[in-house]
Amino acid sequence: MSETKFTPIIGLEVHIELATESKMFCGCPADHFGMTPNSHTCPVCLGLPGALPVPNKKAIEWSIMLGLALGCTIAEHSKFDRKNYFYPDLPKGYQISQYDEPLCVNGKIVVNGKEIRIRRVHLEEDTGKLQHTEIDGKKATLVDFNRSGVPLVEVVTEPDFRTIEDVDAYLKKLQQIVRYLAISLADMEKGSMRLEPSISIALGDGEVTDHNLPGYRVELKNINSFRFARHALEYEISRQTEALTRGEVPQQETRGWNEAKGISVLQRSKEDAQDYRYFPEPDIPPMHFPFEEVEKLKKRLPELPDVKILRFINDYQLPEYDASILCETRDLADYFEQAVQVGSQHSLTPKAIANWLINKKIEIITILPAELIKSVVESRMTTKVSSEEIENIITEVIKLNPKAVADFKNGNANVLGFLLGQVAKIKRGVDSAVVKKYLLDKLG
Amino acid sequence: MNLIDLTLTQALAGVRSGKFKSVDLVSSALENIAKYNKIYNVFLTVEDEKELLSQAKIADESDKSLPLVGMPIALKDLFSTKNLRTTAGANVLKKYRPVYDATVVRKLKQAGAIIVGKLNQDAWAHGSTGENSDFGPTANAYNLSHVAGGSSSGSATAVALGMSLAATATDTGGSIRAPGAFSNLVGFKPTYGRVSRYGIIAMASSLDSIGHLTKSVADSALILSVTAGTDPYDATTGTAEVPNYQDLLKRTDLKGVKVGVSPEYIAIGAKATHGMDPKLEEKVEEALNKIRSLGAEIVEVSLPYTKAALEAYYIICPSEVSSNLARYDGIRFGQGRDQFGAEAKRRMMIGAYSLSSGYYDAYYKTAQKIRSLVSQDFAKAFKEVDVVFAPVTPMMPPKIGENINDPMALYLVDIFTVPVNLAGVPALSLPAGFVDGLPVGIQLIGPHWSEQKLFEIANVYEQATEWFKTKPKIANKT
Repeated sequence: MSETKFTPIIGLEVHIELATESKMFCGCPADHFGMTPNSHTCPVCLGLPGALPVPNKKAIEWSIMLGLALGCTIAEHSKFDRKNYFYPDLPKGYQISQYDEPLCVNGKIVVNGKEIRIRRVHLEEDTGKLQHTEIDGKKATLVDFNRSGVPLVEVVTEPDFRTIEDVDAYLKKLQQIVRYLAISLADMEKGSMRLEPSISIALGDGEVTDHNLPGYRVELKNINSFRFARHALEYEISRQTEALTRGEVPQQETRGWNEAKGISVLQRSKEDAQDYRYFPEPDIPPMHFPFEEVEKLKKRLPELPDVKILRFINDYQLPEYDASILCETRDLADYFEQAVQVGSQHSLTPKAIANWLINKKIEIITILPAELIKSVVESRMTTKVSSEEIENIITEVIKLNPKAVADFKNGNANVLGFLLGQVAKIKRGVDSAVVKKYLLDKLG
Repeated sequence: MNLIDLTLTQALAGVRSGKFKSVDLVSSALENIAKYNKIYNVFLTVEDEKELLSQAKIADESDKSLPLVGMPIALKDLFSTKNLRTTAGANVLKKYRPVYDATVVRKLKQAGAIIVGKLNQDAWAHGSTGENSDFGPTANAYNLSHVAGGSSSGSATAVALGMSLAATATDTGGSIRAPGAFSNLVGFKPTYGRVSRYGIIAMASSLDSIGHLTKSVADSALILSVTAGTDPYDATTGTAEVPNYQDLLKRTDLKGVKVGVSPEYIAIGAKATHGMDPKLEEKVEEALNKIRSLGAEIVEVSLPYTKAALEAYYIICPSEVSSNLARYDGIRFGQGRDQFGAEAKRRMMIGAYSLSSGYYDAYYKTAQKIRSLVSQDFAKAFKEVDVVFAPVTPMMPPKIGENINDPMALYLVDIFTVPVNLAGVPALSLPAGFVDGLPVGIQLIGPHWSEQKLFEIANVYEQATEWFKTKPKIANKT
């Protein structure tokens, strides 16, 4: 009997906090990391009676730009909806989100040669944060509303992942695109990028498509880093695979990842699934995005990593490996191009500059591209010296270092370097290969 | 001098000409409050007396050009007032002091108004008689044993009894117009989005209109000139310019004005309530004849979908209510959810049900479709006529307690007012006489942003009838 084939089916929901100056629906600063609790709040983000949300135009534009960068179709008509649920960190008793008319739909990201379909990109508001603590010896939970109302863009994929490596590559690429757009730092450790994978396991041979997906899926929460993501997925895949091997069907449920224990634990079963009672947010008029407006936003997009890498390969004759590394961040890529420009005046090839940047780990923040080129040029400069002059210098060095010469003749080859150094002391910039040749000749 | 005998316009002219002072007006308001508040249950919070008199003194000593300089005005208790208790008529908020002023409150203060205090209302504005207040019903200024009308019950009686010259109010399904009609006042509901909702505790966000109750049309126009306009804090406010409405009431007759009447609209109300009160119907007919005699052309219009308006309203409104009341979760504001009254609970349940998955399409979505059709009805009608004429309620002000155990009967009070909110158009109720000593109102409805025209037409009728001059016979039981 042939062994049963288990295929992991993974879809991702990624939340990214936008780095706008103000929050999604009020004028409070959106920056909340490490701030004094409740210092960035107002009636709107505290959900006080009578307060109303006014959408942040920049957050909407940035979300559309992200959608465009992911190859999405931008909705001509979109709206906000209320997602009703109770939680102490949600001051209005509902979250303003988008339900059936997201800003962007049907995009894709290609990773490891595979196309991952993006189902939707939508905009919503973040919640406050609970702090479980002790006050006067009593357990207490405090609420910090600094994060309440921070713009949060959600990118949802189809269940197109089959391996953890692809998930990893996708997350890095999405983060890279977001950083290229300069709309968020997308830092998982700081919570400005958060991940909620859904995992199920398909049984049997043959390709798994949208039509034969498993009848359940497990949503994983509380994943705070790329590393946790890998651990959580590995654990969950083996947990489900083991269940299936025992002949059980895993339950549709939400589980929380516990990194310390290295396990996922049940948070909510299918029976307890919430009815969010979505309905159109009456406080915000529906949005309309005419073609021309979307085109304008398209023009504001920077050159994106994939395109840049190709251009670097073609324009600078770089291997794909080099191009990919140089395009890791927009800053490094820009730096490289500036250096290439300066370098061309000194007959330095892009490849030579790429080598320096990649191998010598240049501090691009502290060293200006022109300074870098200067030091590259200096290091390579070979002073034109006549062979007669070289011979004279070598004769003198031999005369001044009789012991070293004797050592060399006795078979100590290490001394050669010392003698070369003595030559360089007298005359800088002489091609060391040439000096070496002459020196060996002289020493017999 | 007694506030009860003065319109806002007259009081303002008096202060500007030096005939009397703001201090006199505020003192009169305070006297009337002292005399009648306990009997009629009008104010939930009265501002500190010394504070009020000091504000009046300052007004008397300063520039009189401010549009509402030194005018004592009271607010429905949905309007957030910084540091002044704001309860929404509900126990849940009985200890809530806002940290900010609603936009309208800020504008009124900037215009020189003196905020006397906060007025009783149906809790969360859920009601048409004022009897759903967690702090007891407000009595009708014209008959102590009858309701003032709701939900803006305190607003109506405060103005009618001279406790303030005008009162702000909100109208989600008729909450300004019904108390206006029941209390011989002008109850004005603007176009949705004409006046900012920021800082006003929400009932049903897509329907809430921010207006006021006054003795005269000119008073109403004056207040709107102050409160209307775009607000960067309310994304649903419109950008139409705000004229000085009160300066444009030049018309002396109704020649050339087309007034629409929809027999089916009136028939629907009559049918639902098992026949309109015949004496009321007679008065309404009389008012229409008066309008005709002032030169207006009466044109029949069709408003077929209004028959489903009340049903649609009582799905959309509770749906939004269920979401808007979710923030009173017992964690903040000092009171638990057990403090919610029966009507609030009823609306939360109906709303949550209408929005729940599996029922959403049948209820909420269908109701929204009806809403569009009602809007289209009005849009079509306004191609033919300038305004639509209608009764305000199908019944006279009921006795306090008469319908308290019959929520359906209370919902039906709104049958002539609710379609207007679904369409988002402006409307006002106007005094049109009395039946057995209790006031009767009529309703004029206009197209979007037609406030100016509504005021002009209403003003002609008011000046020709002068019902506002009939003052209540005040009960002196203490």
